[in-house]
Amino acid sequence: MPAFKDLFKGKQKYVTVKPTSIQTEQPDGLWSKCTRCGQLTYTRELAHNLLVCHKCGFHFKLSAAQRLAITLDEGSFVEFDSGLVSADPIEFPGYAAKLERTRQATGLEEAVVTGQGTIGGYPVMIGVMDFSFIGASMGSVVGEKVARLFERATRQRVPVVMFCASGGARMQEGVLSLMQMAKTSAACARLSEAGVLYVSVLTNPTTAGVLASFASLGDIIIAEPGALIGFTGQRVIEETIRQKLPPGFQSAEFVLEHGMIDMIVERRDMKKTLASLLALHERRHEAG
Amino acid sequence: MINLTLDFEKPLVELEKRIEELRDFSREKDIDLSEEIATLEKKAEMLRREIFDNLTPWQRVQIARHPRRPTTLDYISLIFDEFIELHGDRAFRDDGAIVGGIASLGGRPVTVVGTQKGRDTKENLARNFGMPHPEGYRKALRLMKQAEKFHRPVVSFVDVVGAYPGVEAEERGQGQIIARNIEEISRLATCIVVVITGEGGSGGALAIGVGDRLLMLENAYFSVISPEGCAAILWKDGSRAQEAADVLKLTAPDMKRLGIVDEVLPEPLGAAHKDREGMARIIKDALIRSIDELSGIPPRRLVERRYARLRRIGEFTVREAAQEEFAEAASAGGDVLRAAGPAGPKGEANR
Repeated sequence: MPAFKDLFKGKQKYVTVKPTSIQTEQPDGLWSKCTRCGQLTYTRELAHNLLVCHKCGFHFKLSAAQRLAITLDEGSFVEFDSGLVSADPIEFPGYAAKLERTRQATGLEEAVVTGQGTIGGYPVMIGVMDFSFIGASMGSVVGEKVARLFERATRQRVPVVMFCASGGARMQEGVLSLMQMAKTSAACARLSEAGVLYVSVLTNPTTAGVLASFASLGDIIIAEPGALIGFTGQRVIEETIRQKLPPGFQSAEFVLEHGMIDMIVERRDMKKTLASLLALHERRHEAG
Repeated sequence: MINLTLDFEKPLVELEKRIEELRDFSREKDIDLSEEIATLEKKAEMLRREIFDNLTPWQRVQIARHPRRPTTLDYISLIFDEFIELHGDRAFRDDGAIVGGIASLGGRPVTVVGTQKGRDTKENLARNFGMPHPEGYRKALRLMKQAEKFHRPVVSFVDVVGAYPGVEAEERGQGQIIARNIEEISRLATCIVVVITGEGGSGGALAIGVGDRLLMLENAYFSVISPEGCAAILWKDGSRAQEAADVLKLTAPDMKRLGIVDEVLPEPLGAAHKDREGMARIIKDALIRSIDELSGIPPRRLVERRYARLRRIGEFTVREAAQEEFAEAASAGGDVLRAAGPAGPKGEANR
């Protein structure tokens, strides 16, 4: 930590404060700086506001545990398949080490946590992706856990709520990760045929192979405000069209306007929105 | 001018040129050089075998992208007795990067769909270099649903670098349509045979690449990301695509080993573009074999089998579950700081 007087020395024009770690956006100091507007907020206060900036409404990324904590009824969560861990199926350079480092740093076994719980008393099968685990990319384990969750929901006829976030398929597992798109989408098809509700919530960012599979297949698709939602990365599009992209391109608001999602729901309203949807889909006259 | 000679073919092309020169010389001067020519031809044949029996993954990628590589419409005209092309997605526009229609495969009515690259610059502009927009995928799905309705098998030809990465494609829901296609095709109640003929580029290929039997040409590739894209992420250097092609395990033999494709179709010596008719015959035989076998299976069972096929893909290990810490954090009620996760709020960035 530089001494206070040193901050104004030399060529440095801006004072760097490091209140949030860049990728996870987890506050780790007394004060937190908003990624979007730069507003400094007392971290306690930011946490009280569910990690949403008071000034500009920016929604910080949440860890899987945080998301579960603010979504499910207290004490209701039971985790599934936590023992599934990634192998290194195509012996991709550096992958095994990266997995190990990531497990150490995040305390997570993989990029998705699945389980069951209740929301406002209504039972749900729930999945939450955590961007801090290799960009919540989908490899064999993510695909398997998601498929198992859909299958369990199909058997037990319990609605699914999936909080999506992802950089896409996990390159380090080659074509096996690509095929997880097919596996999870096929599992969605069966859930749908069984007439069980699936609510997909797109959080910042939901992109590429995950957007192009189960994230887009909800009966109802919700997004958090400002979330980046798109298939192709913006840099790739800019290189293709050789133009700067318009502001707001691929934002939650943009995809709502283009008819790709049902609604945008602020974090503080998410739980009650989900509870209402679950209530409206409650099975009253179950046949058989 | 498009360069039609791949780097690794150069020694062979030079040798072939020398043979040609000798032939001309012998004709002009009326000297018998047949012995020398025969020797050189033998040498050329050996060299050709040596090159094509030892192709690296990157060389195969180059062959898959060869400008003379037969396109879907080339194969359609060579394989089917009759083809009636159908157009449009009934919602927005007809996408030239996807072709489709009804065809007769040795007397069997089938629905054919496929990505279509152009054979020259003008055609490529009309075909958008074979990169579909959402309406193209919607057209493919429409034709597949039609096949289901009339109990026709589906043949899908895949040769695509990727779904089109453009602003309008995003506006019209590229991710959404790929997801929808995969979901619908996974439960289509008619048999589907997929042939990966050239490039199998990621989600853009998978959107018409799910089926009951996957056939793949020897020099085609199938990958989660292009070698260039992989190199750019891995080494911040897109020019190291050659190395990326090695690590991605994207060749047809790799796909067979990984259980993704059922059959690798051998290409004529010197690759598919050297003998289109020969290649088409091999594909046709495999299609007839596959369809005759699959047509006997009731649609419900086909769909079950297709699901099981997709369901088993993936490799992972199972550890003793031990995450009480996590469960505790996740049950922290509305307190996001207490619930930051097992690593605590200082969880580090990983990408």
